[in-house]
Amino acid sequence: MNDATLIRKGLFRKKLRAILLMVSIMIAFLIFGALGAFYTVFTAGVDVAAANRLITVNRINFTVSMPFAYWGRVQQVEGVENVSHASWFGGYYQEPRNFVQSFAVDPESYLAAYPELVMPDEQRTAFLNTRTCLAVGADLATQFGWSLGDRIPLLSNIWQKTDGSSSWEFDICAIFDGDEATVPANYAMFHYEYYNEALAFNTDQLGWMIVNTTDPSINERVGRDIDALFANSSAETETSTEAAFNQAFLEQFGNIALVLVLVIGAAFATILMIVGTTMVMAINERTKEIAVMKTLGFNEGRIFRMVLSESILLSLIGGLIGLGLATLMVTGAAAALAGFLPGLAMPMSVVLTALALMIGLGVITGIIPAINATRIRIVEALGKN
Amino acid sequence: MTESAPLYTLTDLSKSYTRGRETIKIFEQLDMTISSGEFIAIMGPSGSGKTTLLNLLGGIDAPSSGTVEFEGSRVDNLSQGKLAAWRARHVGFIFQFYNLMPTLTAAQNVELPLLLTKLSGKERKNRVLTALDIVGIADRAGHRPRQLSGGQQQRVAIARAIVADPEVLLCDEPTGDLDRNSADEILGTLQELNKDLNKTIIMVTHDPAAAKYARRELFLDKGRFVEKGDRT
Repeated sequence: MNDATLIRKGLFRKKLRAILLMVSIMIAFLIFGALGAFYTVFTAGVDVAAANRLITVNRINFTVSMPFAYWGRVQQVEGVENVSHASWFGGYYQEPRNFVQSFAVDPESYLAAYPELVMPDEQRTAFLNTRTCLAVGADLATQFGWSLGDRIPLLSNIWQKTDGSSSWEFDICAIFDGDEATVPANYAMFHYEYYNEALAFNTDQLGWMIVNTTDPSINERVGRDIDALFANSSAETETSTEAAFNQAFLEQFGNIALVLVLVIGAAFATILMIVGTTMVMAINERTKEIAVMKTLGFNEGRIFRMVLSESILLSLIGGLIGLGLATLMVTGAAAALAGFLPGLAMPMSVVLTALALMIGLGVITGIIPAINATRIRIVEALGKN
Repeated sequence: MTESAPLYTLTDLSKSYTRGRETIKIFEQLDMTISSGEFIAIMGPSGSGKTTLLNLLGGIDAPSSGTVEFEGSRVDNLSQGKLAAWRARHVGFIFQFYNLMPTLTAAQNVELPLLLTKLSGKERKNRVLTALDIVGIADRAGHRPRQLSGGQQQRVAIARAIVADPEVLLCDEPTGDLDRNSADEILGTLQELNKDLNKTIIMVTHDPAAAKYARRELFLDKGRFVEKGDRT
């Protein structure tokens, strides 16, 4: 037997109470872990943004296109290393519920703009040289069971061809992936020319441009110069860094971070009050036992540590179970949501934050009972003068 | 018996409590000497200060004035931390209602004071078994308090009190919750601890029959000791 035995025995003195407390803590950390993982992957775009990458969109809205000719003009701006462009196709496979996130791009400049997209050399060559090629992200290929050589139709509920159909036929000639798990590989891309030449309307327009500068320090000046080029035109532009663009995109959905903080905060505040009150009651019930321990010679510091450790142990057990369940849940969801949220996993940052919160929760809920325990007067607690 | 130097020396000891505006004097200017190896029974009416005196001897209460010396050194002015260490080293307590930890087995209850020592796990285990054996309850080592009778629980409490080999055992109504037979067995055990292991025992009791087991009886009344008898 040692102090750890006494701490464990104290914690499980009333098993049902201890288990219920652990379950409540477990739920809080299950919520924290799951939401934390989703939040991390949801905002990964901001984190993976390259420092020297700018995004130029129509000033009205990023869904409004701009003339194709802009692409060539931006290439002339001083400090621009590479310019690519992309146009939203949307699209679905076979039926509308099989949504396929897809873009019409200029393959060569697009792959230069995004060096983090990796694929075998022969597939890269095939993508660059095959007009009907569809380069598919690995997660998307897994989701639909596609493989190299497959010929698939993608239908659009936005665009129409001059022949009246909305279906573009593609040959899968490349499957790309990100060089890190957080790089999205849940979309497909194809030649802009192949798409544009068949369009019934909105031809020779592009959705947005991706601009690589020679140095991140000139981003602001390059952005200003690009926007100045098209000032007072019918399609003015707005250029921002990729990180700022991604952040602004996310903010369309509301302040996700604030929502998460409020949800998690409410859960933790409730748990804090429940566990804190219960711990105070639990220690009050043991006043006489603590007095006996003091009588036997256990000093105040040791009793303080034991009571505080009990509270931290409670928080750690409940929290680790909750975090473990959240990890299982996230792992299970990762496969199902690979197409929508690539790279979904339990991030180490969430695990470390959760551990700090567990210890913090244990300390906060245990500090008052621990102080109370040290203040127990033996003579009064033993009930005799 | 050969009396050695005083184990306890109480000088001008006073104790009073304040309750509201009222000050209640328990005793005043009490002088007392207790030698090593004594077995003293302290008797007296309720409220006479018997338990308070025991608490002062055990360092779990502080006198209002006066001094408590143990083996020539004052203990009444020690800090809480030093007092705790002193109690762990020199004093064993036996309470009327046993005060065992309900979640621990008999052996674990007995082992508690040894957690304050530097003994190894094996040494602690040996000591626990020896202590339980001395009080005749080694066969109940794995039982929890609620699985034991009152007499058995008090034996466990005695084992806990002696396991760290203190010089003094302070017993507060150790048989107050027991039937006559159990009480006699417990008192017999205390007597053996006094005779065989030379433990100094100071016992507070209401029970004249219990007091007969002691070598010296003291009667505390109105803050004064009345020596009733010395059977040494």
